[in-house]
Amino acid sequence: MSNLVIAEHNNQELGAATLNTITAAIQIGGDVHVLVAGDGADAVATQAAAVAGVSKVLLANAEHYKEGVSVELANLIVSIAGDYSHILAASSTSGKDVMPRVAALLDVAQVSDIIAVDSPDTFKRPIYAGNAIATVQSTDSTKVLTVRTTGFDAAAAEGGSAEVSSVDAVSAVGSTSVVGRELTVSERPDLGSADVVVSGGRGVGSAENFKIIEALADKLGAAVGASRAAVDAGYMPNDYQVGQTGKVVAPNLYIAVGISGAIQHLAGMKDSKVIVAINKDEEAPIFQVADYGLVADLFEAVPEFVDAL
Amino acid sequence: MKVLVPVKRVIDAYVSIRVKSDGSGVDTENVKMSLNPFCEIALEEAIRLKEAGVASEVVLVSVGSADIDTVIRSGLAMGADRAIRVDADNDVEPLAVAKILKYVVEKEEAGLVITGKQSIDGDNNQTGQMLSALLGWPQATFASEVAIDGGNAKVTREIDGGLETVAIPVPAVVTTDLRLNEPRYPTLPNIMKAKKKPLDVIELADTAVDVSKRVNTLTVSPPAERSSGVIVSSVAELVEKLKNEAKAI
Repeated sequence: MSNLVIAEHNNQELGAATLNTITAAIQIGGDVHVLVAGDGADAVATQAAAVAGVSKVLLANAEHYKEGVSVELANLIVSIAGDYSHILAASSTSGKDVMPRVAALLDVAQVSDIIAVDSPDTFKRPIYAGNAIATVQSTDSTKVLTVRTTGFDAAAAEGGSAEVSSVDAVSAVGSTSVVGRELTVSERPDLGSADVVVSGGRGVGSAENFKIIEALADKLGAAVGASRAAVDAGYMPNDYQVGQTGKVVAPNLYIAVGISGAIQHLAGMKDSKVIVAINKDEEAPIFQVADYGLVADLFEAVPEFVDAL
Repeated sequence: MKVLVPVKRVIDAYVSIRVKSDGSGVDTENVKMSLNPFCEIALEEAIRLKEAGVASEVVLVSVGSADIDTVIRSGLAMGADRAIRVDADNDVEPLAVAKILKYVVEKEEAGLVITGKQSIDGDNNQTGQMLSALLGWPQATFASEVAIDGGNAKVTREIDGGLETVAIPVPAVVTTDLRLNEPRYPTLPNIMKAKKKPLDVIELADTAVDVSKRVNTLTVSPPAERSSGVIVSSVAELVEKLKNEAKAI
């Protein structure tokens, strides 16, 4: 068996999600190669080569790989796919964008969002917003997989010494140009990989009031998240959304403030190690998954929480 | 420009899911079925394009048995002009659905495909991208804003770090995210009108697509339950427990 892991990066740094994806590949067994496709992404390749368990890094530098455009990336992956039994990427928005394209071009099925490797062809994955777990067996010769990062520990970023070799770029399709990006700039840890997450819901009441949530997050060194209701109401940008259709997180500590706990939200955080819920409605479903529940007005409880730390 | 909107019938988003006790799947007997919410958003966007004079016709397409006709009619009631059902089982896998859709897109000479980013049953998030690859068209997934100007589309996408805007030529495949629009409710007159709108059936054999399974579901089980926690009476008690019992802070 041989695994190809598609690296996430910004041409400078290897994305944290890649480390979890590498762990899934290690569990499948066999060689683990990492493809770094970018523009001047040599530093990313060096970082990938240092990850424990990686035996080879393939680096493809070309201008049309700079922005991670899936139409371009898919053709590159397909050009080297013949060497691999398994092709994996994180279930991030970029992994979800490119991998079905790869699968279709190879005429194989994709298994999305795996959370466990039972054997090299059998995987567990959540369906129905995490309300059921399916164990599925792929019969295709090439397995195309996306990996839910919360299902796998991060591989050690140091300890490996893989060789880096260049692969030829495939000629550009040129149909897609990225004309703008509005990326959230934050000093706080990344929501997807943070150790502590503090999330606010509709109960927070306004974008202005989210400062209360942010103050608690900063005291704890936490990332800030939001429920779909809070994002839909415009309190926070879309990339803060925790839930089945937003980000799926599993930090050591998840603090849900003013979040009722719709199924959609629970699907995105119920694998967290310790869950705290603060809500004034004692009937809120969030209390059914919380390890510690506090029935209180968040506008009093959260500032008190900050002072107590 | 003709817009094709592939849609799927799913268990209604507000129904609580029951896993069958024999582990063979999720119980769909006597359960309310609806249009997949992301597909409703796709349909709404297509209807708005027609209202804006950008699209000439909105054609809804779905793959499944006659069981799904009721849900197809609800899409017609929202405002699709007509519908096509490719007669097949209700559990055709995404790759085969994409191949069937390719057949329909080419037959209809559609100029744009808008579909939901995922269905809320299988949560696969594959079909739109697969269709785009099979057609050799550009794709713009997870759209939160779509602007079409002649032969070009500008699509704002919801990505992990924020938002990204891409420019692509049409024909293309666009998949929809939650915040693209708010789908309308069908009015009673439109529900009545929808009963008379054309719903053509294409036989699976005509598409020449092999729908045999590539991925076998071995078992379906309920997720691990969290043991219920405790209600604390004060912030002080919460902080104490987090420090000393959970050792989480």
